[in-house]
Amino acid sequence: MLDVRDVTVRFGERTVLDRVSLNVADGEVVALLGPSGSGKSTLLRVIAGLLVPDGGSVWVDGIDVSAVPAHRRQIGMVFQDEQLFPHLTVAANVGFGLRMQGRPKGEIASRVAELLDLVGLPSLADRHVTKLSGGEAKRVALARSLAPQPRVLLLDEPLTGLDRDLHDRLAADLATLLRATGTTALLVTHDPDEAATIADRTVRWSPGLAS
Amino acid sequence: MDEHRAALTGPNRLPRWLVPALAAAPVAVVATFFLWPVGTLLARVVRPGSVGDTLSIPGLGDVLWFTLWQAVVSTVLTLAVGFAPAALLARYRFPGRRAVLALVTVPFMLPTVVVGAAFLALLPDGLHGTATAVVVAHVFFNVAVVVRLVGAMWAVIPPDLPGAARTLGASPAQVLRHVLLPLLRPALVAAATVVFLFTFTSYGVVVLLGGAANPTLEVEIARRATQLGDVDGAAVLSVLQLVTLAGVVWWSSRAQRRAALQLGGGSVPLRRPRGRRERGLTVAVTTVTGALMAAPLAMLVLQSFRVGGRFTLNAWRRLGEPASSRPGSGLGVDPVASLGVSLRYALVATTIALVVGGLAAMAIASARRHGRLLDIGMMLPLGTSAVTLGLGLLITFDTVPYDWRGEWWMVPLGHALVATPFVVRAVLPVLRAVPDDQRAAAVTLGASPLRAWWWVDARQAWRPLLAGAGIAAAVSLGEFGATTFLTRSGRETVPIAIGRLLGRAGALPRAQAFALATILLVATAVVIALVDRPEVDRAGRS
Repeated sequence: MLDVRDVTVRFGERTVLDRVSLNVADGEVVALLGPSGSGKSTLLRVIAGLLVPDGGSVWVDGIDVSAVPAHRRQIGMVFQDEQLFPHLTVAANVGFGLRMQGRPKGEIASRVAELLDLVGLPSLADRHVTKLSGGEAKRVALARSLAPQPRVLLLDEPLTGLDRDLHDRLAADLATLLRATGTTALLVTHDPDEAATIADRTVRWSPGLAS
Repeated sequence: MDEHRAALTGPNRLPRWLVPALAAAPVAVVATFFLWPVGTLLARVVRPGSVGDTLSIPGLGDVLWFTLWQAVVSTVLTLAVGFAPAALLARYRFPGRRAVLALVTVPFMLPTVVVGAAFLALLPDGLHGTATAVVVAHVFFNVAVVVRLVGAMWAVIPPDLPGAARTLGASPAQVLRHVLLPLLRPALVAAATVVFLFTFTSYGVVVLLGGAANPTLEVEIARRATQLGDVDGAAVLSVLQLVTLAGVVWWSSRAQRRAALQLGGGSVPLRRPRGRRERGLTVAVTTVTGALMAAPLAMLVLQSFRVGGRFTLNAWRRLGEPASSRPGSGLGVDPVASLGVSLRYALVATTIALVVGGLAAMAIASARRHGRLLDIGMMLPLGTSAVTLGLGLLITFDTVPYDWRGEWWMVPLGHALVATPFVVRAVLPVLRAVPDDQRAAAVTLGASPLRAWWWVDARQAWRPLLAGAGIAAAVSLGEFGATTFLTRSGRETVPIAIGRLLGRAGALPRAQAFALATILLVATAVVIALVDRPEVDRAGRS
């Protein structure tokens, strides 16, 4: 499904990713486990198409997407700090991807309702995103990324910064949700428990890792 | 970890035509209506002999001297008057705090003619036409600058810092001298610079309060150009003023950079004053400051109801009478008509300023580092005095096929030039604060780079644009200096009408001027109140 081959990224003198290769099967949830600051997020950005690597390629469904701009890759991403659009409501945030696809309003509305149901926030559609609690914001970010049905979902430390209770509850919910939607996902985390709860398979991050 | 938060690059880059397309209109407007006129002014100056002729004008030394010393005295007094309220308003929470804050900060946005008229209403006749009146009005006008800039610095000084000094044996005076003042220095320098610039180039206040005996450089420029027909002399003085201003700004930015300190920790939360000393000080300072700030405005309103020592509605009732039924007073000033003119001009000026300033801000933000030149270019009109601006426009667009002096739109256009920098300053910080990852998020959701820009950047510019619209409207409603040059009889704006009425003998025109100034005061205050509300929901939580 997702196939990362020999990706290399340099920032000036420093080599952040050195010929990294990684494989995620269809419907599989893989956790990438390693200390923060080790370049895991950079790898996600390369896969999403937000960062052009200095070498290597990214393949989805057997096709090299390295030259495809991010908005046509159909690779979703949940950002560590959510990056919800502060000027839009919860519903408009969740429906953003569908709107970009030019889907009819009615379809967007019903899909948004469905997703908010799925993440357990059915009553928040008209709320302003700046008025959300930390946990609610994470759920909205997840719903937003799932809405356009990405081929692969990337999650960049999606549960950091939450208190323990909420963290554990959300981790369990996330695991269920990814299974229920049959989403192929790559999760980046520094927390082994989180990786174990959410992922089918955990890959330990080491420089130049291969799977 | 910050490297990968860079802007979208490679295939995700914004189309190359976007920045030029956004910048085209602002560049055209600034080039045509600012750079060209200023260039024309300069061309007048480099003509042989003109500088020497002008600098040998008798009395010019007096003008320069008065301009300088009144600006210095005004600045020092403003700092002195504003210091205590700045500290208390930044530190303490107390009943009536918001009211005092409004009373202190609103005058800064008031039209110069309103402030001038208010002090004519407040001060005894003996002080009219004196330097004292000018300086007092300048302090009233600019206290807001000190309260805002110095207050912002106070708010981030951790209270434990002076506390630490106290435990080391410093007396309160020593704490002030050795800890607080050095920390506040950059803000004090910044405030002093702004106040100096405003008072050095003051026009409306000086025209109304200084009288013929106390002209500043700005007043002298206007007098040379409009009354004496000495355009060359006016141009030389304008350039002299421009050079002085540039020098002050340069010195100030250097001094601020040197004194810049990094205070971590952000704003200290407001607290209630504790103990009798703090409470007493707070009550005393805020009461006195509030009263001083309210007095001129209250007297303005009051005096509009007094003609010849008696309370009467005459001034207000006769505002609306057509000019012909006011024998002897119908010298082409129709107060009610001027309201209509001002509203129409404000609408046009606001529209121009929003389009030009909004597009420029988006271009500057999208161009990132390359936007610096455009940013500076858009700010230039702000560093130019209104009189210089008006003079430049007047002497540039005076020949066919662009003899536009008589065109009605020159006035709102001049207003828009003054207002545009404010719009840019309102919008730009918001756009610059949009995290790159928000655009990245939009792109991963299937938005092309251009659509991501439209949905994330352009959409978020709406709210600050609204604030910019309010400021632009307030600027246009109150603009006096540039309008003096561009106005045509029969199409007077409210400030011009107020100026004319105040220049006329008799108690009734005076009261009418106060009535008209009251209307302008209320209109401006309403506009400011609409836009200056603290942001209800600030963008982004993290």
